[in-house]
Amino acid sequence: MNITPSPVECKNESNLPERGLALVKYVALGILFGITFVKAEIISWFRIQEMFHFQSFHMYGVIGSAVVVGLISMQLIRRFNIKTLSGEEVYITPKKYNKGTVIGSIFFGFGWAITGACPGPIYAQIGAGFLVSVITLLGAIGGTFVYGVLKDRLPH
Amino acid sequence: MEWIYAPWPWYIAGPLIGLTVPALYLAGNKSFGISSTLRHLCAACIPSKVPFFQYDWKKESWNLLFAAGIVIGAFIAATWFRLPDVEIQLNPELKQNLSANYEITNFTALLPVEVFGIQHLGELRTWIFSLFGGFLVGFGTRYAGGCTSGHAITGLSTLQWPSLVATITFMIAGIFASWLIVPFLLSL
Repeated sequence: MNITPSPVECKNESNLPERGLALVKYVALGILFGITFVKAEIISWFRIQEMFHFQSFHMYGVIGSAVVVGLISMQLIRRFNIKTLSGEEVYITPKKYNKGTVIGSIFFGFGWAITGACPGPIYAQIGAGFLVSVITLLGAIGGTFVYGVLKDRLPH
Repeated sequence: MEWIYAPWPWYIAGPLIGLTVPALYLAGNKSFGISSTLRHLCAACIPSKVPFFQYDWKKESWNLLFAAGIVIGAFIAATWFRLPDVEIQLNPELKQNLSANYEITNFTALLPVEVFGIQHLGELRTWIFSLFGGFLVGFGTRYAGGCTSGHAITGLSTLQWPSLVATITFMIAGIFASWLIVPFLLSL
């Protein structure tokens, strides 16, 4: 059987090992992120319906300004060749296009509207005390697993 | 102290989320994305010989720790920085539509308790919105190679056109589902 290699997306680009306390900074960044998600109501099913019904600017403002700030920061990193804390060159793996980019996004868009959550907010909903979102997370893990099993039989 | 309970506007939250991209790169060359944690959970927790899950997930443990941080941060904010029983400021049209057509009348939680409340676990509708909806999120994001964070935020921030295609597609699909599929599922 012909197995296509499947690289990990959004990955660790570093070649330096990290363990113990060095990993705490990712928990800290996650905490800030989780607080932001709740305080700006990004984890709200209502806010997602509002966005998809063009009834509020809020979510467009959040995503739009996040992209603008991300874009400017990444341009600065590139322009001034800013290194990571441990002195490595910042490395960005190019995103690859295939048919799945479109087909998968259709499935994801449906799921986003139904659950009112993309993957980050699922975790935040659980933390905020919505225990039913544990089922949403299990569904998402199940969906990921089914994709992994069917991968080589799906159009890409 | 009232201000601590007020919701944050988009122009505070958006830039903070945008800064996560350079923060993770500078902290240790990590590419910001959250749906990949679902794959790591499969690789770490489900015993299988599926090639897609045969990789060094421990190298990506930063990603799982980031997700754990999200859970903790959300708990902190929901417990200490939010007042219970205050209605969220929604567009009145949406409220009117939900209460008139689907008997969703409680707007004090971030999610409609009539759909996602633990007391409704005996209803098919609750399982469709959580389990089936979650399945679509997990299947779709991995098939597409990313979600709102990996494609829309990181991908667009680093000027990658496949991410623009993904973002436009899942926005259109979301609009379609929110107008046509969600109303049907709510009426179940």
